Amino acid sequence: MKKHVWKKKIVPYIFIAPSVILFSIFMLYPIGYSLIMSFQTSVGGEMTFNGLENYKRLFNDAIFLKALKNTFIILVVQVPIMLFLALILAVLLHSSLLKWKAMFRVSFFLPAVTSLVAYSIIFSIMLMNDGLMNQLLEWIGIGKIPWLSHPFWAKVSLILAMTWRWVGYNMVIYLAALQNISEDLYEAASIDGASKVRQFFSITIPQLKPVILFTAILSTIGTLQLFDEPYTLTKGGPSDETLTIGMYLYQTGFRYFDFGYASTIAYVIVVLIAILSFIQFKVSGDER
Amino acid sequence: MKKISLYVTLTIGALISLFPFYWAFIGATNESGKLFSKQLSFVPGTKLIENVTNLNESIGIGRVLFNSLFVSLTYTIFSLLICTMAAYAFAKFEFKGRDTIFAIFLLSMMIPYHATVIPLFKMMAAFGWLNTYKALILPNLAYPFAIFLMRQNMLAFPNALIEAARIDGAGEWRIFFRIVLPSMKPALAATAIFLFMYQWNSFLWPLIAVSSTDMYTFPVALSSLFGLSRIDYGQVMAGVTLATVPIIVFFLSLQRHFISGMLGSAVK
Repeated sequence: MKKHVWKKKIVPYIFIAPSVILFSIFMLYPIGYSLIMSFQTSVGGEMTFNGLENYKRLFNDAIFLKALKNTFIILVVQVPIMLFLALILAVLLHSSLLKWKAMFRVSFFLPAVTSLVAYSIIFSIMLMNDGLMNQLLEWIGIGKIPWLSHPFWAKVSLILAMTWRWVGYNMVIYLAALQNISEDLYEAASIDGASKVRQFFSITIPQLKPVILFTAILSTIGTLQLFDEPYTLTKGGPSDETLTIGMYLYQTGFRYFDFGYASTIAYVIVVLIAILSFIQFKVSGDER
Repeated sequence: MKKISLYVTLTIGALISLFPFYWAFIGATNESGKLFSKQLSFVPGTKLIENVTNLNESIGIGRVLFNSLFVSLTYTIFSLLICTMAAYAFAKFEFKGRDTIFAIFLLSMMIPYHATVIPLFKMMAAFGWLNTYKALILPNLAYPFAIFLMRQNMLAFPNALIEAARIDGAGEWRIFFRIVLPSMKPALAATAIFLFMYQWNSFLWPLIAVSSTDMYTFPVALSSLFGLSRIDYGQVMAGVTLATVPIIVFFLSLQRHFISGMLGSAVK
């Protein structure tokens, strides 16, 4: 009996041991180590402490501030557009009148399956000066747009590409959540004479609030780490106009091998994610 | 009338979603300049074999494909096992520190990958693991999101069944492998797809961990092709198509499990 009790105590630890060990080595240790490195600088190949110097340097670093600004512009524009589109698509697909639901669902989800590098390459080829987009625009008489070489349009290109890739992903999350809303709510609203649009804003959105929060936080984290798309699509250009914090970190760390300063950038991302997630919780979570 | 506009909207949306894939295929079957010529052509050309041959000469498709497949499959199998074991303990046992450890796993999902990348690189360099499969496979095996997904699915498994098996004298491993896992097939399939896609598409870490061309994974090889000063677009599109087709086939064959199993439980 005693052996049994002892065994029962030890069993769960055996089950979690592989995860905890790997997680500690490859996640916890690096997280701690990069925090330490964010206060260090390399002097003759040796990492030495330099207090808050990296952080001071960061807030006087024009390129970093530009990357920060770019990332925020993309965040503020792209995430709401994407989530709103995803929500609309989910509601349309949820409609009971609709046939071939599975086919539509798969079509919309397919972009989310492909690699970020592959889709960025396709988009950059479509958006080149003589690419498909501009040929179509000329054909309908609008004329060429300098998609990848103009500061404004380069950001638009990034936003277009990211929206294409992630709408379906969020749509599927919303679809799953829509199934949990009781039909009674809509019936009652219909009887009261509420229009479909009114029902969308007064029933669907409030009911989905926790899920919308979930997707908003996921997308925020994703955008703050944005790397693959600007790296492939615009290479951060023109003149750093699409440089993101994630890309700047990569450049600092692996092109200039300034590990200390790159770690400082990493920790700024950590802090930003924490702050933004907290705000999103506060804004939409309180009443629940 | 309303119904028609619904179908029209959704069909246009679906076409926008699918078109870039088709365009990549058009590029893969035509010569390099065709995508930019004045006479727009939406029909497949005849240059597919030539483009694939050129691509093979540039990046060695066999090797790159093998690297991506080997890394993704090995990763999926081991990660699934490790994460499922942990998920089972988190869902079905009470033990000291359980909630704290689980909370740490969950919180780590908010930490950007970038915050671990530099120390990981230094570790791999110190172990002499750069340019090895170990570097590509090991770091993310304990994947918190996979643990979370499997735990959510396991919470619904009846405790009585586990207790009954214990009374009958079944060992803990036997209960886990013979009783719990077989009933978790949909969840396991969903998590497996998720892990496989994550690894197949992963770019930043392989870009950092691997510098020799014969260790390139597909995304890194594609990116290297696309970064050249003179780009052969037929070749690049052939590469994009080849990198995309396996993952789409893989997804389509398992999508039922994926959409219901994975996302259904993520929302609960």
